[in-house]
Amino acid sequence: MPTTTPADAAAIAALHHDMLRFARLQLRDEQAAEDAVQEAIAAALTSRERYAGRSSLKTWVYSILRNKIIDHIREKTRHPTQSYDEELDGALDAQFNERGHWNKAEQPTTWKRPEQNLEDTQFWRVFDACLNYLPENTARVFMMREMLELETTEICRELAISESNCWVILHRARSRLRLCLEENWFAGEGA
Amino acid sequence: MLNCKQATRLMSQEQDRKLGLRERVGLRLHLLICSGCTNFNKQMRFIRSACQRIAGGR
Repeated sequence: MPTTTPADAAAIAALHHDMLRFARLQLRDEQAAEDAVQEAIAAALTSRERYAGRSSLKTWVYSILRNKIIDHIREKTRHPTQSYDEELDGALDAQFNERGHWNKAEQPTTWKRPEQNLEDTQFWRVFDACLNYLPENTARVFMMREMLELETTEICRELAISESNCWVILHRARSRLRLCLEENWFAGEGA
Repeated sequence: MLNCKQATRLMSQEQDRKLGLRERVGLRLHLLICSGCTNFNKQMRFIRSACQRIAGGR
């Protein structure tokens, strides 16, 4: 059986910290996150031959991690503790007037060259905080879509919600995230 | 004509499904005249690209 080289084992171990952060974000459960990361690392070390340099090692290990996280979510949602009912989102509705147009003060401002911030660790700290600020069920759906890269039909199947409910939740997540970033990061730009 | 609330809903759904022709035209028309929603649209795309970075290894 092909064995993992010491270099690969070291590279995989170096990812451990970031993998744990990623898993914690998705699962919001320290133990589940640790389990998912351990399982992913174990799977990566034993299936080394399947990697065969197809993409970067990190990309490949993360694809294993995403599947482990999905498995955990699947297991957890067999016993759902919260509902995914469509509720009104007061904070978001308040951004619009009675005719459905942006209130002057709420209108999205221009973010200058936002992609440049992707290299800034401070920005990622704020982004992380904004993600963690999302209500748990909203965050779960959003992260299944954007980080676990599931299609909405798959998310609906896993969580037993309707597709239209899914879209409402995703819209809410994106709008809240946008608002949080605007208030806590981009507002300081004087746009 | 779409209002901004409807437009933001479509902009979000555009990231999850293919919009119908009428929806697409309605949205594009609205974006032509609404700078707030145009900014919203760009910001949606930016958020997606930021998430793709986090998604691992890219």
